[in-house]
Amino acid sequence: MSTQTINLTLKVWRQNGPDDKGRLDTYHAKNISKDMSFLEMLDVVNEGLSKKNQDPIAFDSDCREGICGMCGAMVNGHAHGPESETTLCQLHMRHFKDGDTLYIEPFRARAFKIIKDLVIDRSAFDQIIQAGGFISVNTGGAPDANATPVSLEKSSLAMDAAACIGCGACVASCPNASAMLFVSAKVSHLALLPQGQPEATRRSLNMICEMDHLGFGNCSNERECEAACPKGISIQNIARLNREFIKSSLFSTPSV
Amino acid sequence: MQLNAHIPSGPLSEKWDKHRFELKLVNPANKRKYEIIVVGTGLAGSSAAASLAELGYHVKIFCIQDSPRRAHSIAAQGGINAAKNYPNDGDSIKRLFYDTIKGGDFRAREANVYRLSQISNNIIDHCVALGVPFAREYGGLLANRSFGGAQVSRTFYARGQTGQQLLLGAYSALSRQIALGNVEMFTRREMMDLVLINDHARGIIVRNLVTGELERHGAHSVVLATGGYGNVFFLSTNAMNSNVSASWRSYLKGACFANPSFTQIHPTCIPVHGTYQSKLTLMSESLRNDGRVWVPKEPGDKRAFQDIPESERHYYLEAKYPSFGNLVPRDVASRNAKEQCDAGRGVGETGYAVYLDFRDAIARDGKNTIEKKYGNLFQMYERITGENPYESPMKIYPAVHYTMGGLWVDYNLMSTIPGLFVLGEANFSDHGANRLGASALMQGLADGFFVIPYTIGNYLNGHSQPNIDTSHSAFKDAEHETGERINRLIAIDGKRTVDDFHKALGNIMWEYCGMARNEAGLETALDKLPELREEFWENLKVPGDPASFNQSLERAIRVADFMELGELMLHDALDREESCGCHLREEYQTDENEALRNDDEYCYVSVWEHQDDENLQLHKEPLVFENVQLSQRSYK
Repeated sequence: MSTQTINLTLKVWRQNGPDDKGRLDTYHAKNISKDMSFLEMLDVVNEGLSKKNQDPIAFDSDCREGICGMCGAMVNGHAHGPESETTLCQLHMRHFKDGDTLYIEPFRARAFKIIKDLVIDRSAFDQIIQAGGFISVNTGGAPDANATPVSLEKSSLAMDAAACIGCGACVASCPNASAMLFVSAKVSHLALLPQGQPEATRRSLNMICEMDHLGFGNCSNERECEAACPKGISIQNIARLNREFIKSSLFSTPSV
Repeated sequence: MQLNAHIPSGPLSEKWDKHRFELKLVNPANKRKYEIIVVGTGLAGSSAAASLAELGYHVKIFCIQDSPRRAHSIAAQGGINAAKNYPNDGDSIKRLFYDTIKGGDFRAREANVYRLSQISNNIIDHCVALGVPFAREYGGLLANRSFGGAQVSRTFYARGQTGQQLLLGAYSALSRQIALGNVEMFTRREMMDLVLINDHARGIIVRNLVTGELERHGAHSVVLATGGYGNVFFLSTNAMNSNVSASWRSYLKGACFANPSFTQIHPTCIPVHGTYQSKLTLMSESLRNDGRVWVPKEPGDKRAFQDIPESERHYYLEAKYPSFGNLVPRDVASRNAKEQCDAGRGVGETGYAVYLDFRDAIARDGKNTIEKKYGNLFQMYERITGENPYESPMKIYPAVHYTMGGLWVDYNLMSTIPGLFVLGEANFSDHGANRLGASALMQGLADGFFVIPYTIGNYLNGHSQPNIDTSHSAFKDAEHETGERINRLIAIDGKRTVDDFHKALGNIMWEYCGMARNEAGLETALDKLPELREEFWENLKVPGDPASFNQSLERAIRVADFMELGELMLHDALDREESCGCHLREEYQTDENEALRNDDEYCYVSVWEHQDDENLQLHKEPLVFENVQLSQRSYK
């Protein structure tokens, strides 16, 4: 590992609460090791601010291994920064050059309120899952796990879709702030499995209704979501969601 | 205080059945009247909340993150064990039980571990029904692999993301109950204190992390599922926000803490590369199947790896353990890496790393084969370090990974405070002195889905249950005390940041209470830690407004508790004058540097009771083995 360091100018979105207007403030990140992760770079800036008795930049993170989905910000207009299939916590400073200026802003969408600085409220995603992103089985009554074979192909596709970490990069990257990639990942995961079949109809209708209700936009095939997704979730899932939705619309009415 | 583990009598294999029959039931109409608080939304918390709500209880659940789906169970990679014996390779409930109790170096309860093995099969059935996309074979049935040196293939997995998929399964069951109105979800809330009324757990005080307000929540019972405390070491593989405060506050209110010093150190992690580092990343231990571990023979040799000739490379595991070689268990591999680095043979910038080299495996099997086996891990390594493991050896070093210790619970998972239950990593119960791979997910879901739904009813129906009123003075006092504690932290207005203190604490714990411990070192740490804690309370700086979203304050509250926990861990490690599993006291080793147990004097669970700020009382829960023979683990 190299010990090279770089100096950066940061333009960071500071906003003191949902009702504050917000502004871009400038910070100088000096002697940043190229081996640092992006969030460690922010930690270093925050230590400096704290020592000067200034309010550190608020940002969310937890696992810092790219799996919990808690972190995320726009870096120079890219959700989670410029590297493909990488969460912000797994982005390293070796991808930046000495003297770069970085614009760091929160994920923005009508359905994601800003709590403070880069911290946003993504509870709308939880509400979409609550509308139908589950299989209704109670603990205790399950048949033997091998009672129902599932083809390797379908279970692999289900796993591809289930890899979604719920970070919201898809919404932040979409010009319509649509949550279609998120919703389609969950609908696909469950629709591809035999266990998900009994509720397939209500699930897609209810989840889409809830998505609309929460103020997410529609899909206009921009494909920005797929490009920004740190887990490489394919927009083929959106095609599958559309098929499920059409099937469901023909045979029932939404309950939301 | 008298400890009673409430282990049912009778033959091992019949204890749980017998116990379930003897447990009191709660009438369905009465379940609606009971409120239960669950703290934490990982595997244990989410599964507990979902299954209790399915039964008809009214549940309130709390998490510190923005969504219940973020809990750190999500980061588990390898898999989940079960005694299904689908591969027909000789597995059974008894064998899973035996492997787990032996792996824990005979410091866990037989009855708990046997129950865990029995329940393991129900977990897999239920998770498949919930839509967890486990790996499958071409014929459509579930795939298994061997893991962590087990002789049978009993591990179920979902690529390298088993924890994620299981957590999302439990989260979906929880979400369904939230939608049905049976569970009330509170996100971005952190438990600040436990509230006792007439010595029973009746509620909690939480801090709303967005507004800074303190809130009172009452219930008939409180279930903690708040995970482990590996972050006492500052650097660990735990998530940034994982902390001990819920457990610690309960300890101060009378819940005993068991085996606090039992910490699992995982051998294959990406090494520390700078003082700015925030956490450590685990690399699957499967890498040791093909990688060879080495360091330069000469201490202080700073040449690049390619300039060190074969004859000057020290393959220390192969030399010392000719039959197991690079595949020795986690604790042995970790200790040997430390030994080499302490002797000056460590590599990399810091000197705290050893090589894990795939050169010979690539020459033998070809790059393609190695890529098929480990491609994703090599990619992850390159992403983090910027180095290509196909061309240069990986650098690895052990890191804190899991805490076997936790709040003491009886067979019903109830702590020494009536009505306070503790599940998952937060309790101490099933892993003894060392946890086997793929056992943590199993325990979290066993506790939440299949144990607590039975045992909590016995408590609720076994004691008179008053109406809970949060205007009771106990709530008022606890809230007031929490407010005062926060005010004291703010009022210090010193010079050092909370991360600075946390790092200093981590250094003490890692140096003296990490992979190897000895009396002199522990005594030294017991001098240093109180000094650090004193400075913390005199020189801490918490910037920002306490009555708002303030992450510095969140960390300060957690680190204050870690400072106290650290001291208890030191006492615990000092008291146990034997080595067992993860706990290596350097004074007690076999000639081959294996952990030397002392079953005559230390075959017990160390159960610490808080008395006041000066005094601790140690209770000993004897471990009785009626079904297994205690033996020395050997890896020669």
